[in-house]
Amino acid sequence: MTSLGAATQLLEMICAAIAAPAFLGWVNQCRAWLQNRSAPSLLQPYYGLSKLFRKDAVLAESASPLFRVAPYVVFGAMVVAAAIIPSMGTGLPLSMAADGIALVGLLATARVFLSLAAMDVGTAFGTLGARREMMVGFLAEPALLMVLFVAAMISKTTSLPLIAEGLATRSIGLYPSLAFTAVAFLLVLLAENARIPVDNPATHLELTMIHEAMLLEYSARHLALMEWGSALKLLNYACIGFALFVPWGTSTEAAGPAGLLLAVPLLVLKLGFAGVGLALIETLSAKLRVFRAPEFLATAFLLAVLGLLVHLLLGT
Amino acid sequence: MALQRRWEKAAALAGRRAGGLLHVGPAEWVDAAADVAASGGQLLALWGTLYPESVPAAAVRAALFVDGGLLVLELAVADPAQPYRGLHEVFPAAARMQRAVTDLTGIRSDAADQRPWLRHAAWRADEWPLAAPTAVPRVAVPAADDYPFVRVAGDGVHEVPVGPVHAGIIEPGHFRLSIVGEKVLRLEQRLGYAHKGIERRFTELPILEGHRLAARICGDSAVAFAWAYCQALEGLCGATAPPRAVWLRGVYLEIERLQNHLGDLGALGNDAGFAFGLSQFSRLKEELLRSVQQVFGQRYLLDAVVPGGVAADADDEAAGLLAARLGQLAAAVRALRAIYDDHAGVRDRFAGAGTVLPELARRLGLTGLAGRASGQPADLRIDSSWPPYHVLTPKRCLRRDGDVAARVAVRFDEVEESCRLARALLSELPGGALRAPLAAPDPGPPAVGVIEGWRGPVLVALESRERGRIHRCHAHDPSWQNWPVLEHAVIGNIVPDFPLINKSFNLAYSGHDL
Repeated sequence: MTSLGAATQLLEMICAAIAAPAFLGWVNQCRAWLQNRSAPSLLQPYYGLSKLFRKDAVLAESASPLFRVAPYVVFGAMVVAAAIIPSMGTGLPLSMAADGIALVGLLATARVFLSLAAMDVGTAFGTLGARREMMVGFLAEPALLMVLFVAAMISKTTSLPLIAEGLATRSIGLYPSLAFTAVAFLLVLLAENARIPVDNPATHLELTMIHEAMLLEYSARHLALMEWGSALKLLNYACIGFALFVPWGTSTEAAGPAGLLLAVPLLVLKLGFAGVGLALIETLSAKLRVFRAPEFLATAFLLAVLGLLVHLLLGT
Repeated sequence: MALQRRWEKAAALAGRRAGGLLHVGPAEWVDAAADVAASGGQLLALWGTLYPESVPAAAVRAALFVDGGLLVLELAVADPAQPYRGLHEVFPAAARMQRAVTDLTGIRSDAADQRPWLRHAAWRADEWPLAAPTAVPRVAVPAADDYPFVRVAGDGVHEVPVGPVHAGIIEPGHFRLSIVGEKVLRLEQRLGYAHKGIERRFTELPILEGHRLAARICGDSAVAFAWAYCQALEGLCGATAPPRAVWLRGVYLEIERLQNHLGDLGALGNDAGFAFGLSQFSRLKEELLRSVQQVFGQRYLLDAVVPGGVAADADDEAAGLLAARLGQLAAAVRALRAIYDDHAGVRDRFAGAGTVLPELARRLGLTGLAGRASGQPADLRIDSSWPPYHVLTPKRCLRRDGDVAARVAVRFDEVEESCRLARALLSELPGGALRAPLAAPDPGPPAVGVIEGWRGPVLVALESRERGRIHRCHAHDPSWQNWPVLEHAVIGNIVPDFPLINKSFNLAYSGHDL
């Protein structure tokens, strides 16, 4: 492990955790503008989190220790995930220990804990939410794996930093297989992060919620960690997308500290564009009926499989 | 006995050209209602009145709308403890009204379902708010009341209780959904959480001031309730409002319809996850509210309709300005309608959700806007010769699909039509006085005011037994008829569609619970 590697590693985890609410704030801001509303501040998610951290936590009488542990597990999983996604640099020492498949497993761990905690208290809404989350999850996971497999087959490795490095250093050209998988990944991102059209993060209607329904029983620091965790999840997904489809600009070990300095503003730029795109999608579409979500994710899976077939047949 | 004979037998109903008050015995009570139902009439309201120290001691009245006229059946009740024959078999909507009559007055029907409806645990079962000479003392610490919901048994069936406290800031109502997976097998409502003793409060008010309370029964129907109250009061007094006042009342009512439809269309878009619709319609609604504030001095027309006339005038310039604004509004709504109609996601959510077919709607007595979306043509503005609408020929906005999409379409059609009606009224405002002088009426039989509010027919029955005092004022929102139909509309739908279906009806809590 080089010192630069360690620095990149640490920087990525800390930056991801700090920047995640800002990215969410940016998406919300764009969405408000697109809907002709005056937008909340970019820092609004931070105000929300700091308010929650200062409050006293209230727990349901029937809550088991699992309920209390879950927020830490979820948040921890997202921070570790941020550590193995090459968002700024590809020289990540930790990523030797975990590849893309492990990343999917890490995200699944968070989901399992979140769903178990939602059912733990025994309220109807938590259970409804957990059930729907699992339905979305078990369809989204294979699609995400398939997306990773295509990228892995192109670069002949399952390690995310090596994939990103491999894709970034290839000659510029059209890769139809990647185009298919990019669309598939976008669909998975929307579903996994509880965005419209699969879920509505802004709704107050408890019967229609997926993600929010699981958080209804949480308060104060537990809720803050959960919300921070979901913001981090969104950022992680965006960074996975960058690593696979727009990997240019991530600093490699060879580029040294200068490369890392250049990578940070580039990442901010990419996130800026991603936020606008996400807000645009969310403004233009309505929420799907819950039972359309499987079709939506089946489309994602199908596209990813198409990408794989294109790669196998055309060798690109 | 044919309905025609009953009309001939009926006494005149104070203040109404096409109306009658028919005193009936226990046998004729149900027969007459059945005749009305057979000729396509609908039940508007059912209420009970107590006459302490008189004979008979109580009466139950049912207001029916049939053949373009209002027929009020009056059944004398000698002993409130002896059950009278309920109308729930003829008109299913009567069931809850009869339960409410029991809660408030102690007059019992013979229906099998004797569960309380408006009474939760705030007062005891042997006390009745309208019976006591002084206000019923509230139970200091209400015990948790044990309301027996109907259980659905079966493999994998479970209950989801929703409300009365919701995740959003909305009015209180409890919904018990029996579901299997995501599919709704049964919905049972529990209402009454917003009960605040309005009918009791009326009896403590001077009759000439009751319109202010009437306007505050249900904020979204302030004009409709205030107008219905004033119509009933003017009927008792034998007075009529001057033409200019009548025209302005029509303008208010159409503005109120517009305000609600704009709000609902935005909220329906939002509930389908299409927030763009909410922001656009909220903007249009706010612009309308500001225009109304500019012209009439109130954003919501809570104190515009007064006994004998109106209190908010518009001079020619202001009327022209408002008419121009309404023209712009209609154009803006047409543009938004094209977006709603072309949006695949929104259409997918609206179409086929919460369907009430015309046959079911007819049997259950679905009324008003929701009724017109299910092929029930009733619209009092068209069906009764009611000034100022008798000169306007309003268009009937009718759909037959009965789903959320139909209720949205009727709203869009009515926005267009209301803009046209309000502009027509504003362009021909007659001159003259705003208000006719009114003296407190002599005691006598009740008078009834009925107004087609935005949700459906709003009814106020007013009775005075002592000069200047209200003996009984019954205010009825069409939500009473439509709430039970919502229970049917959601059967077979999926749980996450329930809020959308509920919103497409947008029924009142406050106006229902009183």
